[in-house]
Amino acid sequence: MSTATGNISGGRATTASGPLSHRRVRHYVDLVTVLVAKEFRVRYKSTVLGYAWSVMHPLAFALVFCFIFSFMSKFEVENYIIYLIAGLFPWQCLSNSIVGANFYFLGNSSLIKKVKFDRAALVTAGVLNEIIHFAVSIPVVMLFMLWYGHLPSLAWLWLVPMLVAVQMAMAIGLCLIVATCNLFFRDLERLTTIAMHLMFYVTPIIYPENVLPAEYRWTLWANPFAPLIRCWHGLFYYGEFPATAFLGAVLWAGAMLAIGYGVYRALVWRFAEIV
Amino acid sequence: MSDEVAIAFDHVSKEYHVDSAIPGGVKELVLHLPSHLRRLREREPLRVLNDVSFEIRRGQCVSFIGRNGAGKSTTLGLIAGVIRPSSGTVVARGRICPLLELGAGFHHELSGRDNIVLNGVLLGMTRAEVRERMDQIIAFSELGRLIDQPLRTYSSGMIARLGFSVAVHLEPDILLVDEALSVGDEAFQEKCVDRMKAFMEDDVTMVYVSHALNTVEEISDRVFLLDQGHLIAQGAPHEVVEEYHQRLGVTSHAAGPKDAKSEPQPATKSQAA
Ligand SMILES: Nc1ncnc2c1ncn2[C@@H]1O[C@H](COP(=O)(O)OP(=O)(O)OP(=O)(O)O)[C@@H](O)[C@H]1O
Ligand SMILES: [Mg+2]
Repeated sequence: MSTATGNISGGRATTASGPLSHRRVRHYVDLVTVLVAKEFRVRYKSTVLGYAWSVMHPLAFALVFCFIFSFMSKFEVENYIIYLIAGLFPWQCLSNSIVGANFYFLGNSSLIKKVKFDRAALVTAGVLNEIIHFAVSIPVVMLFMLWYGHLPSLAWLWLVPMLVAVQMAMAIGLCLIVATCNLFFRDLERLTTIAMHLMFYVTPIIYPENVLPAEYRWTLWANPFAPLIRCWHGLFYYGEFPATAFLGAVLWAGAMLAIGYGVYRALVWRFAEIV
Repeated sequence: MSDEVAIAFDHVSKEYHVDSAIPGGVKELVLHLPSHLRRLREREPLRVLNDVSFEIRRGQCVSFIGRNGAGKSTTLGLIAGVIRPSSGTVVARGRICPLLELGAGFHHELSGRDNIVLNGVLLGMTRAEVRERMDQIIAFSELGRLIDQPLRTYSSGMIARLGFSVAVHLEPDILLVDEALSVGDEAFQEKCVDRMKAFMEDDVTMVYVSHALNTVEEISDRVFLLDQGHLIAQGAPHEVVEEYHQRLGVTSHAAGPKDAKSEPQPATKSQAA
């Protein structure tokens, strides 16, 4: 008798008719779309101001750093402001999504308790939301580049989307870990905030990597964010495409995605009990 | 109503480890690692459903009643597939739609219309499917022009209407209702009950949990009585509600005789088979 759609296992969506049916993919896409649209409506009640805010934050940081380091730094970077902006905008996106991930699941507890939808959609939507914010601020970066006489190249048309995709994979992986773990240890928010602050200084975002003494250079490979940020600097500041750094970024992103998905899959069936 | 089985529980038990979330978080865990590990190893699970078996046929409307903490919501969670049984098997066939509590799956800054899309997609429809049903949903909710106002301007009853309207237009095979109707006004509750009755003719299986025993008697084909995780009675609405009334007095001041009571009820299983 009990043949057809048993629902004993945890992670499947209620509506799934086949294992990976067309409808199920369609539904996942719609779910993410609706969730992202919701965030946008709420955040951008006034479109112009909303946009200004999301650009202002990293920009303000860039200006402050630029000002302070212009008279106290030990390193010389030409057009330092562009270097800063090139690293700060993508960093802001990563850091916002990872700290925000603490509430991607926890903030939807009443839904998770009752509805069997694909919970990973909450993470995908949260990250996508930050990615879109980042993407729409890229023109501001370009404006600064033009101002200082750096010309964007045609290769950007495919390099930028490619890097954005790598960044998104990395963020989704890390966010799956953070969002899942925060259901079990509720104080992860403070921990991730501190961790991201430390990573901000450990990663060459506001200083060039050649200020690192040679014996610490290995940290650039041990740090999941360093190769990715190096790529953004390469693209926006040095005007080159750093192939090795890109390889590193892809490997780290793949690893994070795999680990994140693994953690999520292993624990998703307990979400409704624990939220 | 057909002979087809829509929901089947086969010797289902559910245990919770009451403290699986580490209360103090990571900091606590690291600072007191040995004692925490010992506690995690020695903790006693709490058995909230105990060897429950039953079958519900397609198109039936059944209700679960019982005191607070009896395990009713847990049973619905198992049917919805959001939690797993610790032992035994749960089978539920078709599209399952829970009726959410007030405001869940909605956002108060969005308009009623946007919320219909959000809620419908969360409950398993694609956007195109929601759009097809949009007019029906709005009509059923009776919200009229207010539908384009932000949700924060709605009264709780109006939010409940919206939620119910979306849920019933999902064309579910199984509808799960956990005390969600109590905020609508009388006229709307009446309408919901009517709609539920219409559902039963549509071959929709409905599982209803409520403390409003009048409604339970009115709409159910069968009623299940849960007591501290045991299924202690099932059958015709009137009789089971009667039994509940009788036991209510007894169980309220005696925890001891509980086992003695739940034992002479193996009728549960033979009936279900
Ligand atoms: N996530 C959980 N973790 C630990 N214990 C839980 C959890 N959910 C429920 N319980 C326990 O399971 C028991 C049954 O809970 P349940 O919510 O099923 O009761 P109920 O019959 O719906 O009660 P009510 O009428 O108050 O809604 C309770 O003792 C409750 O403490
Ligand atoms: Mg309950």
